[in-house]
Amino acid sequence: MSTTSLKLFQGIGRYGVLLALVALILFGWLRYENFLGTFNVLSVLRYNSMFALVALGMCFVIITGGIDLSVGSTAALGSVVAALLSSYGVMPGLLGGLAAGLAVGACNAFIITRLNILPFIATLATMLAASGCALLLADNQSVSVSYETGFVELGQGDFLGFPIPAWIALIAYLLGSLILNFTSFGRTVLAIGGNEDAARLMGLPASRVKAVVYLASGGLSGLAGVILAAQFGAGQPIEGVGWELFAIAAVVVGGTLLTGGVGSVGSTLAGVLLLGLIFNILNFENGLGWISLSAYWQSVIRGAFLLLVVAIQARLSMRAEEAA
Amino acid sequence: MADTATTLPPAQGAPRFDIKSMLTKYGAWIALALLILVNLAITPNFATWQTLNVNLTQVCAIVIVGVGMTLVIATGGIDLSVGALMAIAGALAPLIFLGKLFPLPHPAIGIALAFVLPVLVAGALGWFNGWLVTRLRIQPIIATLVLFIAGRGIAQVFTNGNLQVFNLPSFQFIGLGRAFGIPFQAILMIVIVAAAAWMLRRTVFGRQILAVGGNEKAARLAGIPVASVKQRVYLISGLLSGIAGLIVIARNSAADANLVGLGMELDAIAAVAVGGTLLTGGRATVIGTLVGALIIQLVRYTLLANGVPDAAALVAKAIIIVLAVWLQRQSHR
Repeated sequence: MSTTSLKLFQGIGRYGVLLALVALILFGWLRYENFLGTFNVLSVLRYNSMFALVALGMCFVIITGGIDLSVGSTAALGSVVAALLSSYGVMPGLLGGLAAGLAVGACNAFIITRLNILPFIATLATMLAASGCALLLADNQSVSVSYETGFVELGQGDFLGFPIPAWIALIAYLLGSLILNFTSFGRTVLAIGGNEDAARLMGLPASRVKAVVYLASGGLSGLAGVILAAQFGAGQPIEGVGWELFAIAAVVVGGTLLTGGVGSVGSTLAGVLLLGLIFNILNFENGLGWISLSAYWQSVIRGAFLLLVVAIQARLSMRAEEAA
Repeated sequence: MADTATTLPPAQGAPRFDIKSMLTKYGAWIALALLILVNLAITPNFATWQTLNVNLTQVCAIVIVGVGMTLVIATGGIDLSVGALMAIAGALAPLIFLGKLFPLPHPAIGIALAFVLPVLVAGALGWFNGWLVTRLRIQPIIATLVLFIAGRGIAQVFTNGNLQVFNLPSFQFIGLGRAFGIPFQAILMIVIVAAAAWMLRRTVFGRQILAVGGNEKAARLAGIPVASVKQRVYLISGLLSGIAGLIVIARNSAADANLVGLGMELDAIAAVAVGGTLLTGGRATVIGTLVGALIIQLVRYTLLANGVPDAAALVAKAIIIVLAVWLQRQSHR
């Protein structure tokens, strides 16, 4: 792809998604009472923070030119492990969920970098395996969380008037952004996605960096699982179905190219919030009472939105190619 | 290579290499044979007509969808929307034959339309996937992700998320009927597999599919209508998903838009991968997909019949997929 089209892509990705997000927020603010009220804003942030964590990992994976389909069932496994350990305290629950996620990430890293199997298939397999492990550990039912140790604060609590899960997501995004833009690791991630063979020939540790990226995606998914368990008071082995595709959609809407090499952490967050707000606005619209759209419309609208974004991206890149 | 391995006397060939190429070429068949032998030895009542029927009916929908997936993957693409298209077809059919969509002049017409229309709608949506891939040049995984997300929602909106229960033997023949004692859906599956296998090997279209998957630029330079070939494989995948959707609802005597075809894309891709089709395109085997689906099903059946929980079967499935693809890679070194 030529540099002009790349620049156009980045521009559209970075600012297009922000513009759309601002437009959606303005729309909601003008149309509904209390849309920007503290309660609504905080609950949207609280609920979407787990998706944000999963999407952050996915963003890094996609920038390297890979994909991670296992994030949803990894989160489910993380939530089960965290719930089982929650009676021992906050830390055991948190670290347990994180460790479960890292374990799945390590499997992904091994299968992809050592066995040289396509990320798509490798993570498809670990998705099944993680889901199986979650069901086995949980004995096919949801596992209730201990309410005595304060573990639920991780999902339901506030710190300085801001939801704790949102804090976790915010810190993760700040770190992610710093790592991608200002470290040699981040540069290598981008280089691998741009051209893996070239990156290897330049002496960059491509395999190691890829392994770390899948490990991080697993860890972030495990963390999302911890928040899931804390927020809903139960470890849920069958949750997380379709999370991977939601995360991919958020990353793509954020303008990260699925072919790798280009991407931004900030616009991924905007993508997550954009897709999350669609559901919120649907609820408000129903609240007005003029129309009654069932929750099922949510996925139709999300799909239509994804279509719109990729169609615009495709058109722009084609035009840029013709111009170049 | 495998041909020479079988014709040369063992003393002349390098035996280690022969075993390796044998394993990669016939690995799926060998695995299937081993599984059947193991089951004959340890699973009670395995060699019965009923066991065969149970396993066949479990595997039919996966194989039918898997055939379409094989063709799509052979061109170097992927179709994530198959499960959602099944849900749409499954939601439409009862709406039609129960007369909820439009008044029916005669019940027989309703049933005929309930077979034809949902499959055509699924085909049209498959065509739309192909359009996104070829005209807008969107990557297949993203192009079909659109309908993966929106498709099930559309089916749920149609039915308001409600379960549609029905009892209509003439329609349900596709899922419950038998011909010569064999489930009709199994016959349908075998016909589809045979037709697709023949097409892939013997027709120009089949060669074109493989050429596109093998090297798209070369195929284009050779004058193959790449866009049209791709368009048609997505159309076929859509049509087959529609048929699979009808089979599933007929079997259950109920259509549940939330559940029909859920996770089917993964089952189908797994069957294709285990069957030996190259996931990057260019080499495909439809019979292999059938064998792959049978292996996955038989492993699950073996574990369940011997008291291992279903969740552990998921882990086993994961290991089979990785092992199969890894073995496949070894043969390409």
